[in-house]
Amino acid sequence: MTRTPKLLALGLLVILLFGLSLGCGKVWVPLDAWFSSDPRWWIILELRLPRAVLGLALGATLGLSGAVLQGYLRNPLADPAVVGVSSVAALGAVAAILFGLGSGPAIFAAAMLGAGGAVALLAALTWRSPSAITFILAGTVLASLAGALTAFLISIAPNPYAVAEVIDWIMGALTDRGWDDITLALPPMLLGGVLLMLTGRSLDALSLGEAAARSLGIRMGRVRWLVVLGTGLVVGAGVAVTGVIGFVGLVVPHLLRPIFGHRPSALLLPSALGGAALVLAADSLVRLAPGAGEVRLGVAMALIGAPFFLGLLVKERGRAWI
Amino acid sequence: MDLIVDALRVKLGKRTVLHDVSAHLRPGRVTAILGPNGAGKSTLVKAAAALVDRSGGSVRLDTQEVATMDPRARARAIGYLPQDATVHWNIVARDVVALGRLPHLGAHAAPSPEDRAAIDRAMHDTQTTHLADRPVGELSGGERARVLLARVFAGEPRWLLADEPLASLDPSHQIDLLARLRTYAAGGAGVAIVLHDLVQAQRAADDALLIADGRIVAFGPVAEVMTADTLARVFGVCVAPLDDGGRRLLVPVGRVEVG
Repeated sequence: MTRTPKLLALGLLVILLFGLSLGCGKVWVPLDAWFSSDPRWWIILELRLPRAVLGLALGATLGLSGAVLQGYLRNPLADPAVVGVSSVAALGAVAAILFGLGSGPAIFAAAMLGAGGAVALLAALTWRSPSAITFILAGTVLASLAGALTAFLISIAPNPYAVAEVIDWIMGALTDRGWDDITLALPPMLLGGVLLMLTGRSLDALSLGEAAARSLGIRMGRVRWLVVLGTGLVVGAGVAVTGVIGFVGLVVPHLLRPIFGHRPSALLLPSALGGAALVLAADSLVRLAPGAGEVRLGVAMALIGAPFFLGLLVKERGRAWI
Repeated sequence: MDLIVDALRVKLGKRTVLHDVSAHLRPGRVTAILGPNGAGKSTLVKAAAALVDRSGGSVRLDTQEVATMDPRARARAIGYLPQDATVHWNIVARDVVALGRLPHLGAHAAPSPEDRAAIDRAMHDTQTTHLADRPVGELSGGERARVLLARVFAGEPRWLLADEPLASLDPSHQIDLLARLRTYAAGGAGVAIVLHDLVQAQRAADDALLIADGRIVAFGPVAEVMTADTLARVFGVCVAPLDDGGRRLLVPVGRVEVG
């Protein structure tokens, strides 16, 4: 099978899962209720549609940024968490919640500010040597620093309700997100997505190493800006409205390499589609958990993702590019 | 197109790696860049491809300053095969070779028939056509080296710079790869390669550029430059003559005893 039918199949899967996400939950809405004056229609329009749209956008940008970062750093273990952007964005949001800056837009702004700060720091730290190793080191340090600061903020929190809210938020979910969240998150996600998609050819050249890529006319400074800004925008926006949802960026490119090949640019679009499919599927699943509540998406993703990824490692061990 | 290195000075950190290096390299010939470890060979090649910053002097293609050329135009003119060349992902061979066409592609244009023809030629010339659909991770060392050489050939550069392309190749593949580089130079392009094997250098190169401690010791036709005296002075080896079909090659056989 060539590339186009595979892409179409993946696109079809995303559409099916989008439909499933609209239909399933504590109240199952059958297809015939969608077009009549059934009151359940409002469940779809006001609760499930924004949730599905957000899941689609979040999954697509997480999958895409994972594929771009793995290609840029030539490291199959890279994802937005590794370069520290998720953690610092989360730190910003946590600070906003704990200091009682209110809801929605304030938390969003704080998370974007965190992502922007992380991006600026990364750019400054890697200014003189824009190499993959410096980038990973700087990102790892940034992630642990942000983690420590988040824990510190929680420990000095003024009241227990704020702490509960923070912990609830950190676990990551698409529950009860509305159209106002989407209008905030979608523009930066789109812009960042476009920036990330522009890196394809440079990422291909980078598979020969930095020196060879530069000798092929690739401007490393430009690539770094596209990667850093694009990641900052999509991850900042994603964390701001959904909390921390991991594993998508890490796992999706791995799943798709056997199907679409290892060439980094050939993985970008499939990873966006695959990420969207994964998040939509997982978010539909968590709603089906018995009882009144639902499993947190971030938690579910780690619970499914970690063993799955370990299995992949065992199966593929001995190969240098796992 | 001549490659002119003029009073080139390169610092890596605080250490000066190249001191006022000057050499006028001509196309249509294979130039071997030789010298002991740490002499500055790799740095010289990288500076010629504008991959390291200079702190003085210049590298020019005829009259054009290499460092200030548009990166894509420079990439079309100068092909560079790095030391220990690797491929980080398990990409199929043809896609690796196709990377050599990147400097020729329009911003978001697909490869043209001309690009495809250049890729086919490069794979034919390196006898890698049958490997086209094989992932590079599954190739042998010799096959992978030929695919990576095809990548540089595919860009059809006027100058080809290769940094120790023979490392990790067995003798038959070494001879084979040098023959392909000679053919490429015979087509009118310039070829400069960093080599460690003095015998292979004498067999494959027209000119030799001897470098030690960041300074040029000798530069000229192989037979004039690579004498027993010079090799003893630069490499600290004594040599014995070997008859190679009527040609006299100098083979290192031992260290020069100092004192």
